[in-house]
Amino acid sequence: MATVENNIPPGEDPAPYHEPAHDPRRRDFINIAAVSFAGVGAVAIVLPLINQMNPSADVLAQSTTEIDISKIAPGQAIKSSFRKQPLFVRNLTPKEIGEANAVDVGSLRDPQTLAERTKAGKENWLITLGVCTHLGCVPLGAGEGENKGPFGGYFCPCHGSAYDTAGRIRQGPAPQNLHVPEYNFTSDTVVTVG
Amino acid sequence: MSFPWAKHYEPKQPLMRWLDEKLPLPRLVYNAIGAGYPVPRNLNYFWNFGVLAGAALVIQIVTGVVLAMHYAANGTVAFGSVESIMRDVNAGWFLRYAHANGASMFLAVVYIHIGRGLYYGSYKAPREMVWLLGVVIFLLMMATAFMGYVLPWGQMSFWGAQVITGFFSAIPLVGDTIRIWLLGGFAPDNAALNRFFSLHYLLPFVIAGVIILHIWALHIPGSNNPTGVDVKGEQDTVPFHPYYTAKDGVGVAVFFLIFATFVFFSPNLLGHPDNYIEANPLSTPAHIVPEWYFLPFYAILKSFTADFILPAKLWGVLAMFGSILLLFFLPWLDSSPVRSANYRPTYRWFLIVLVFDVLVLGYVGGAEASARNVMMGQIAAAYYFAHFLIILPLVSAAERPRPLPNSITEAVLSKHGGTAPTKTALAG
Amino acid sequence: MVRLISLVIGAGFVFVLALALFFTAKDAIQNPAPHTAEHEFHLHPEDINLSSAGWFGKFDRQQVQRGFQVYKEVCAACHSLKYVAFRDLQKIGYSEAEVKAIATQWVIEQPSVNPETGEPATRKNMPSDHFPSPFANEVAARAANANALPPDLSLMTKAREDGSNYVHALITGYRDQPAELLKKFPDAKTPEGLHYNPYFANLNIAMPPPLTSDGQVTYSDGTKATRDQMARDVAAFLTWTAEPNLEARHAAGLAAVIFLMVFIYLTWGAYQNVWREVKH
Repeated sequence: MATVENNIPPGEDPAPYHEPAHDPRRRDFINIAAVSFAGVGAVAIVLPLINQMNPSADVLAQSTTEIDISKIAPGQAIKSSFRKQPLFVRNLTPKEIGEANAVDVGSLRDPQTLAERTKAGKENWLITLGVCTHLGCVPLGAGEGENKGPFGGYFCPCHGSAYDTAGRIRQGPAPQNLHVPEYNFTSDTVVTVG
Repeated sequence: MSFPWAKHYEPKQPLMRWLDEKLPLPRLVYNAIGAGYPVPRNLNYFWNFGVLAGAALVIQIVTGVVLAMHYAANGTVAFGSVESIMRDVNAGWFLRYAHANGASMFLAVVYIHIGRGLYYGSYKAPREMVWLLGVVIFLLMMATAFMGYVLPWGQMSFWGAQVITGFFSAIPLVGDTIRIWLLGGFAPDNAALNRFFSLHYLLPFVIAGVIILHIWALHIPGSNNPTGVDVKGEQDTVPFHPYYTAKDGVGVAVFFLIFATFVFFSPNLLGHPDNYIEANPLSTPAHIVPEWYFLPFYAILKSFTADFILPAKLWGVLAMFGSILLLFFLPWLDSSPVRSANYRPTYRWFLIVLVFDVLVLGYVGGAEASARNVMMGQIAAAYYFAHFLIILPLVSAAERPRPLPNSITEAVLSKHGGTAPTKTALAG
Repeated sequence: MVRLISLVIGAGFVFVLALALFFTAKDAIQNPAPHTAEHEFHLHPEDINLSSAGWFGKFDRQQVQRGFQVYKEVCAACHSLKYVAFRDLQKIGYSEAEVKAIATQWVIEQPSVNPETGEPATRKNMPSDHFPSPFANEVAARAANANALPPDLSLMTKAREDGSNYVHALITGYRDQPAELLKKFPDAKTPEGLHYNPYFANLNIAMPPPLTSDGQVTYSDGTKATRDQMARDVAAFLTWTAEPNLEARHAAGLAAVIFLMVFIYLTWGAYQNVWREVKH
């Protein structure tokens, strides 16, 4: 170090870097403001980078599905598709409606009556997502000849969740009833879901 | 590093001490771009462009990874998937315009960075390896930029792929085989699009790796400076942080302003309208041109119109690749011991001519092939090769350089009015 | 040694280029490039000053809606708009119900599959659908248009140089071939079935004049539908279809530029602070 200092020409500062000598507060302010602005800018750029992973406009737009229910006889069900998810539309028989209404609602894991899960005057039309509320498998029971499980509704083969004729969870690991999407009857034979 | 007065990393907090023992990553950063790296105190704004190139690469990788989440590399849907990014993906238009213009910004910054190296002799001993790695980065960038331009699958994408892979068909005997191998077919199609996408995603990370080597090699001799004179002692340098982090901050801010102006107000200025027409293998656009950053090389390719022993097409391809590959030999073509062109009065003029020459080549590369333009291109291309292969070796041997300052500090002080006592001295 | 080799290679390249230059010059003198009609009679479109032009431009929604009406009633018969969806029309001021009505009443239906038989069929358009193409495929489009393919219009104003002005100029630019042209270039007579238009790259376009008379479209907002007005409106509409996010882009750009100006000022201040004591 000493030899290095000997090389310094006269009049030159041996150590060219310093702490600020005067008015340090104003200068600190600008330094801090510059760094903070860089931070704000970084956040402003990160937001669109995160937002781009949300569903795009074309995905959001395809969120209504029209279903013709005229050909579903009592006791039958169809699988349709809503937002790329399976949708069960089931025409309940009076016996199945009776079974659903006979259950003590207070004893259920996710207490709901059949009336709460269907439209007034159309209690025979049970429209639910075909997505098990446990981990998302498609339960059996909508197709012809499929295992409807011990409660006559739907049965999820993945982990054994059993749903009753109102699509309510009765046995197995699923925490909730099968979800009922928003829908309405545009006519006696057409349902618009979403 | 190699300067004995470099500051040493001394972690104060226990956590940082613990980390330093197990994984000295903060120490690495401190010595690379922190207070532990002494840098000549007289660097001008041209020395911002290395950091700017790094920033541009980060922008390209971040926006590129995000765009790849939405892009589909298949000829039937690629163009449509880009349109869906532009219209339906949240902020997709911003990401795509940022990526497209970011490529231009990256190349622009790198061209200035290369020009800085040429003018101030940064390619000379002891920094030859820095320069060689830089040329490798440049080649990788060109490959990446070309393959990225193919992905939107517009007309220019398609015909660009057709023409550039066509270069390889100029190779005698095996040319066509190589071209078909590159494309995975007889014309650009799904196979080519998919492999270009795969490589376009891979190469930026290779570039990042070579950049680490580039910086590593730089830190052994330390940075060059506008005088080209070696650092003689501590008074010649300042620590990278905070001095050059602050100066680079200004450069990055200005860079972002220019970048934002392109992205938000004229995002298609540097593009070509034909690339908004979906690729059509049965119809070539009337006037095909590469992106602006390839125009000088394209002009060199087009300038070779006469057969001489070899066919003109092969001459063109050889010359175009040669125009870049000759940069690898630059440190040995230039024998002058003086680095900075500021002290090389003759060579300096030739360098200034070279800058205009490359601009002329750029113009010719994009202009229609009229006789006047072709002749302009031929003269400009001849100067380009003459400059590097003939003028540079001869001038560097014959030239009498101006006297160099004894040290960086002396040069700085004489710029500020001789050795008169100064405020700095009083403060010290 | 390196330098010797470089001199040889350099001389080689320069020699070959000199040779090429000589032949180019010789050829240019012996066979001067013929002037072409395109070269002399092609016109650059004049500026129509759309409200969306410029750094802070915004769409004139009324005008874009009028342009949509022109597209619907005139252009849509031949030209597809495949990257635009009916739902997008909400961005130019139509309500959700209006968009639904436009979609269901659209003359050309959406291709689909008969759910009973699996045969190809069509169904009514929904807001989430893209505009259907008037022709099933390129072959059908060419067959119906004397082997000319009407291009998709979604991106037209970005796919042509100075596109917004080009659309207006092209639509209003039909005229008789100038006598001067025929005198100078007797071989350049517009072929049968094509139409002379100086704004088209090769002067002869297959598309017949689409707007033939004033009042071809009846605007509901009372604007007089002259040919020029209709061409301006459809240019405005196609500017929107090509760049629907233009307004968001301009707004974000303004914010970004103001932010960055302040940021430059601050970084400059910080730079001056840090270097205050050091000459450089």
